[in-house]
Amino acid sequence: MTAVLSADNLTIRFGGLTAVDSVSFEVREREVYTIVGPNGAGKTTIFNLISRIYDPTEGRIRFCGEDITDMPAHRIAGIGIARTFQNIELFEHATVLHNLLVGRHCKSRTNVFEELAFLPRVRRAEHVHREKVEEVIDFLDLQPYRDQYIANLPYGVRKVVELARALCIEPKLLLLDEPASGLSVEETENVAFWIDDIKNDLGVAILMVEHDMSLVTEVSDRVLAMNDGRTIAEGTSDEVQNHPEVVRAYLGA
Amino acid sequence: MRFVFKTDYDQDLRFFKHEGYWRSYGFLFIAAVTAPLYLGDFEISELTQAISFAIAGLGLMLLVGFTGQVSLGHAAFFGIGAYAQAWLLASLDISFLVAMPIAAVFTGIVGLLLAIPLLRMTGIYLAIGTLALSIVLEQILKSWKTVTGGFDGKAVDPASLFGHEFNPDSWDFYYVALAILILVLALCANLLRSPTGRAMVAVRDSEVSARSMGVNIARTKIAAFGISTAITGLGGALFAHKLQYLAPDGFNLIISITFLLMIVVGGLGSLQGAILGALVVILLPQAITIAKDYLPPSIGHQPGLEPGIFGLILISFILFEPMGIYGRWRKIKLFFDIFPIYRKATFKRQKAYLKTERMR
Repeated sequence: MTAVLSADNLTIRFGGLTAVDSVSFEVREREVYTIVGPNGAGKTTIFNLISRIYDPTEGRIRFCGEDITDMPAHRIAGIGIARTFQNIELFEHATVLHNLLVGRHCKSRTNVFEELAFLPRVRRAEHVHREKVEEVIDFLDLQPYRDQYIANLPYGVRKVVELARALCIEPKLLLLDEPASGLSVEETENVAFWIDDIKNDLGVAILMVEHDMSLVTEVSDRVLAMNDGRTIAEGTSDEVQNHPEVVRAYLGA
Repeated sequence: MRFVFKTDYDQDLRFFKHEGYWRSYGFLFIAAVTAPLYLGDFEISELTQAISFAIAGLGLMLLVGFTGQVSLGHAAFFGIGAYAQAWLLASLDISFLVAMPIAAVFTGIVGLLLAIPLLRMTGIYLAIGTLALSIVLEQILKSWKTVTGGFDGKAVDPASLFGHEFNPDSWDFYYVALAILILVLALCANLLRSPTGRAMVAVRDSEVSARSMGVNIARTKIAAFGISTAITGLGGALFAHKLQYLAPDGFNLIISITFLLMIVVGGLGSLQGAILGALVVILLPQAITIAKDYLPPSIGHQPGLEPGIFGLILISFILFEPMGIYGRWRKIKLFFDIFPIYRKATFKRQKAYLKTERMR
C-alpha cells in the first residue's frame, strides 16, 4: 500500500514551546489513521501544519509523493486535502447549499469578468458544481436543510454540514478534527458509519483526531498516541490503549 | 403559505425565485418607470441623486456587507469617479456613455492598487486606513489644480446623446440613471451567484475555513475592493452629471460616513438594502425640512437638527434592527409566507457554539 500522506520528523516551536516534536507518521490509501492524546498534546497543531496554517520549524510533509511543506494554504484544497474544524468553522450567515458550494471553490475555473456577465460557461460550471453538491447531500442525508441558514441549525447538523463541505472538495485525504465532539451517542454512531462509508465507498484516506475511544476503536485502522508533542505509541487501537506510556499519559504515573 | 417546488437547478440560479418576486419587482419596476408621470421635476431630480448614491452604496455593500471589510474612504472613490468623468468629457471627444465605464474602470484600478497595502489591515485598522484616504483625496482635489480646478471647482460638460442634451434635473436623465442602476444590480447579482461572490461571503464569515476550502483570501479581498470601488466610481460619474459642477468639499469624510449609514440602515448583506438606504439618506433631509415647518420653533430652528436626527436613526437601527430596513421587510414577508407558524424567535441569532478564537 502506498502512502497518501507522510510526515517526516515534523517539528514546530512557538517561542520556547515545542508544540510538536519530531513526529513522523504515514497515512496509507483507504486507511483511517487516528491521533489520540491528552489536551495540549499537539494533535490539532499537526492538522494546522498539514493544512499549512502553520509553517513547520523542521521536517517535511509529503502528499502523494509531492512535497507540500512550502505550498500556500489556499492551494491545499486543490490538491485534495479537505479538513473539518474542532469548533466548527462554517459560514454562519449563508445557507447550507452556499456552504457546500464554497467547498467546490477549488474546482472553479471561471474568472471574475465572466462571472459579472454570468456567461453560459459560468452557468454550466454552476450546474456541475451543484450536481456534485447534491451527491454529497444525498450521501449524508442533508436534504431537509439545503436552504437553511447555518445560524438556525442545531449543533449536530452543523457538524454534518462541515463534513459535507469537506467532501465537496472531492478529497483524497480527509482531516477530521474531533468529528464526534459534542455529539450524542446516536449521532456518534452515525459518524462511525459515515467514516466507514467515506473510506470504503469513496476511497478516501482519513486522518482523524478524536477523544471518544469507542469511536476510535470502531473505525481506526491504526492509532498514534501523542503526549507533549511527542509520539508515545503507534499501532492498532488495542495495542495503543494498553501501552504503558499511554496509560501513564492519561492517568499520570 | 407558499410552497416552492424545485425541479431544476436553474431555479436556484434565477434572480427571481418564484412568481411572487416577478409580481413585486415587476410592480416596483413599473412604478419606477412611470415615476415622471406622477412626480414633479423636483422629486425626479431627487430620485436621480438617490440613484447615483444607490450605485455607490451597491459598491460599498459588496465590500462591507458581503466581504466584511469596512471602508470609510468610499467618498474618495466616488470623487475619483466624478472627477474622472469630468476630465474625460473635457479632454477627449467621447460620449458620456463611453466615458462612464472608463471612469469606473479607472476608479477600480486606483482601488485595486490601494487595496494591496490597505487590505493587509483588518477591522478598526482598515477603517482608519481608509478614513485617511478620504482626507488625502480631498487635499489632492484642492491642490491638483491642472486636473481638478482646485478650489474653483470643475464644470462637467452636459451629457448628450445623438444631439440630445440631457437635463440632469429632468425625467430624461432619470431614465439614464435608472438604466445604469439596473445594469449595476444585474452585475452585482451575477457576481453573488458565482464562485467569486461565494468566496467573498466565505471570507466574511470565516477566513480560516475559507482558506482551507481553497479560497485565496488576499486575492478575493483585493478583487472585492476593486469591483467595489469601480461601482462606486460609476456612481460618482453619474453624480458628476447631476451636480454639473464639482467642488473638492463635495467628496469629504461626511459623504463616506453617509454611504456607510446608507448601507447599515438599508440592511447589510443585501443588494436591496443599498437602494433602500440611499432613498432614506436622500429623502430624509427633505422630510426634515418639511417637518421643520410644523415643529415648534424652539425645536425646529435648533442648529444641528439634521445631523442629530441622522445619528439617532443610525443608533436606533443598530440597536433595534441590525438587519436594516430590508431585514425588517424580510421578516414581514416571512410572517405571511409561513403564516400561522412564525415565531418571534425565528430570526433570533443563536449563540455561536464554541466559536474558536485560537486561529485568528
